[in-house]
Amino acid sequence: MPVLWLILIVLALAVAGYVAGRARAISGAGDDRRALHSLPSYYGWNVAMKVMVPAFLVLIVWLIAQPFIVNTKATSLLPESAIPEGSTLGLVMSDVRRVADGLDLSVAQGLLSAGDAATLTVGGSDIRAMLGSAGVAVGTEITPEVLAAAQSYRSTNATGDLLRSIVVIGLGLIGGALALAQTNPDFRARNAVERGIRAILVGAASLAILTTIGIVLSLVFNTIEFFRIYPASEFFGSFTWSPSFGGGSQLGIWPLLWGTLYISLIALLVSVPIGLFAAVYLSEYAGPKFRAVAKPALELLAGIPTIVYGLFALLTVGPLLLSVFGRDGLGWMQAGTAVMTAGLVMGIMLIPFVSSLSDDIINAVPQSLRDGSYGLGATKSETIKQVILPAALPGIVGAILLAASRAIGETMIVVMGAGAAARLSLNPFDAMTTVTAKIVSQLTGDADFASPEALVAFALGMTLFVMTLGLNVFALFIVRKYREQYD
Amino acid sequence: MYDSPLRKTEVDTNASKISARDVQVYYGDTHAIKDVNVEILDKTVTAFIGPSGCGKSTFLRTLNRMNDTIDICRVEGLIELDGEDIYDKRVDPVQLRAKVGMVFQKPNPFPKSIYDNVAYGPRIHGLARNKAELDEIVEKALRRGAIWNEVKDRLDAPGTGLSGGQQQRLCIARAVATEPEVLLMDEPCSALDPIATSQVEELIDELRENYSVVIVTHSMQQAARVSQKTAFFHLGNLVEYGDTSQIFTNPVDPRTESYITGRIG
Ligand SMILES: Nc1ncnc2c1ncn2[C@@H]1O[C@H](COP(=O)(O)OP(=O)(O)OP(=O)(O)O)[C@@H](O)[C@H]1O
Ligand SMILES: [Mg+2]
Repeated sequence: MPVLWLILIVLALAVAGYVAGRARAISGAGDDRRALHSLPSYYGWNVAMKVMVPAFLVLIVWLIAQPFIVNTKATSLLPESAIPEGSTLGLVMSDVRRVADGLDLSVAQGLLSAGDAATLTVGGSDIRAMLGSAGVAVGTEITPEVLAAAQSYRSTNATGDLLRSIVVIGLGLIGGALALAQTNPDFRARNAVERGIRAILVGAASLAILTTIGIVLSLVFNTIEFFRIYPASEFFGSFTWSPSFGGGSQLGIWPLLWGTLYISLIALLVSVPIGLFAAVYLSEYAGPKFRAVAKPALELLAGIPTIVYGLFALLTVGPLLLSVFGRDGLGWMQAGTAVMTAGLVMGIMLIPFVSSLSDDIINAVPQSLRDGSYGLGATKSETIKQVILPAALPGIVGAILLAASRAIGETMIVVMGAGAAARLSLNPFDAMTTVTAKIVSQLTGDADFASPEALVAFALGMTLFVMTLGLNVFALFIVRKYREQYD
Repeated sequence: MYDSPLRKTEVDTNASKISARDVQVYYGDTHAIKDVNVEILDKTVTAFIGPSGCGKSTFLRTLNRMNDTIDICRVEGLIELDGEDIYDKRVDPVQLRAKVGMVFQKPNPFPKSIYDNVAYGPRIHGLARNKAELDEIVEKALRRGAIWNEVKDRLDAPGTGLSGGQQQRLCIARAVATEPEVLLMDEPCSALDPIATSQVEELIDELRENYSVVIVTHSMQQAARVSQKTAFFHLGNLVEYGDTSQIFTNPVDPRTESYITGRIG
């Protein structure tokens, strides 16, 4: 039974459980709602919850576990000899899966009866041709072992699916029956539902945390792998970045880190003052009409895809800067791609980010503080500088650090605006590159995935992760410190 | 005393300080203050009494143009401070508010230290020549706000960390530190205990020697204790204005009598 059907059946059971639970509670109380401990709908929800939660939990676990089990079982049917010279178990297994899929499709299209599919042998007919006409192309000749494994794959899967349906629906029925049996006017359904909701929320929160941990772990293993074949002292100590895919690369992170920090710094120097001043103007000076137009317009900027900013850097800002600082002008700039180009454009990208967050924060400063200051004869700008901004500071610092995180993680603008040369230079008109841009180029190159040149991407990613994490922790620290002092 | 540029030369006792003629205040379409005429005297404490929502705070805020900060608020009529129209285009509301200080209904200390809260006004208006003088102003203001003894050891602590009543006294000290000529107080004692209340009342009495004080209060006893003049507002109208003793013993308008004897409110 397909998963969608299973879900629909459980939902239908839950609806039925809701109705039944509600009705049972009301009739148990002799049609007098006041005799119930909780509102009737709580009894209904209690039953519905106990139908859905165990059934869906098991379904999720099952969906994750079944492929593993099926795979292991099919793999155990493949003898060592079934793996041809120069191939790997993984490749053969993907053939097995392909054949199994092909058999499924053939049965579905009526080319093969279900019984034949299970008993088919290699000698009998041209399986490859049949699978091909069903729409699945198998590259190599199908060996008896592969066919047997594929058949076992199919049968285990079919049994698994059947069992899954039985277990999930059974659990739903049992849960519903137990909950219905519990239902009587004295049962504290309201508290049970409260606990259930709490459990669901806790589940969602833990899932988010688990995913984060999963992401970190996936980075960590590859990073460790990288440091096993490339010395960490070189990675963190060397000032040259020159990967050569033939081997003997120098993979020092400093030029990339420097590029990242330099570009981010310029971006923040552009975006923080402009964004903050725009926010102050919008929230303190602008009339309601102007504000109603300007704020959404500014936020529109935040919706522009970064690739468009990249084009803007490449086609407009770069040439513009070149005409002033290039060979025809001051002679500091060699080409349109430079730290300055990327930094300026990234700064423009971050303006709405800073201004919109700061605007919300400034608006949250209570009017009574403004009144207090005006009442003492302070001007608008004195009030802003001495009362509003200090009161909003923790939030504003948070906004700035958030913007910094984005700047550090930005890729597209850098690729298109800053060039690709890893270089340690102080001149903002030189081309440089960043950690993110190099992660892309290292992983998309033709380097062997197991080589240090490719694996370095994970070490770089890990470094970025640690950096932004540190930044966020620092932001939290500052915000907390201020809160303690002023709340 | 300080050589404050805000200090005015001596005026005859009980000369008119603020005079309001035919004042109307609207919040959008709501007519909150109707045809109010009143003379607020110098060196006098004037009490505004009246039921909740009758417009006491609104009228008080027109006297130092705090209503300018509310977009939908519109003021009509003439309000003069020392004979000058305060709604004239040439008048700088910022200058005006330095002269006509205000203590708000809800305490609103700045998120700064206690010291910086009180020093805020003097610093803005340049009332102190040096740090020692500023210290002196701050101490004096805190003493007058009846809070010095409680905070003298923690002037660097944030003002927002004080209790509600302490915050209100801090706000009074902050307003007094600017040495305004007129002090508008909107229910300054509603969050205070009886001891702090009597200290603030003492302060009001002391301020009367130099300034004019307008106080909004819901306590008839307080109005009777501290004020020389009383104005009774009802539904946006100034129903009766006169000597406090007369209002409380011999009110002319029946509405006034009902209010002070507790029949409307
Ligand atoms: N910002 C505002 N916007 C719209 N209407 C307002 C505003 N402030 C006050 N009002 C209205 O003006 C009227 C007078 O309000 P005001 O605050 O002056 O009353 P009050 O006499 O001070 O009352 P209380 O004793 O409760 O403080 C009320 O009807 C109120 O709803
Ligand atoms: Mg009021």
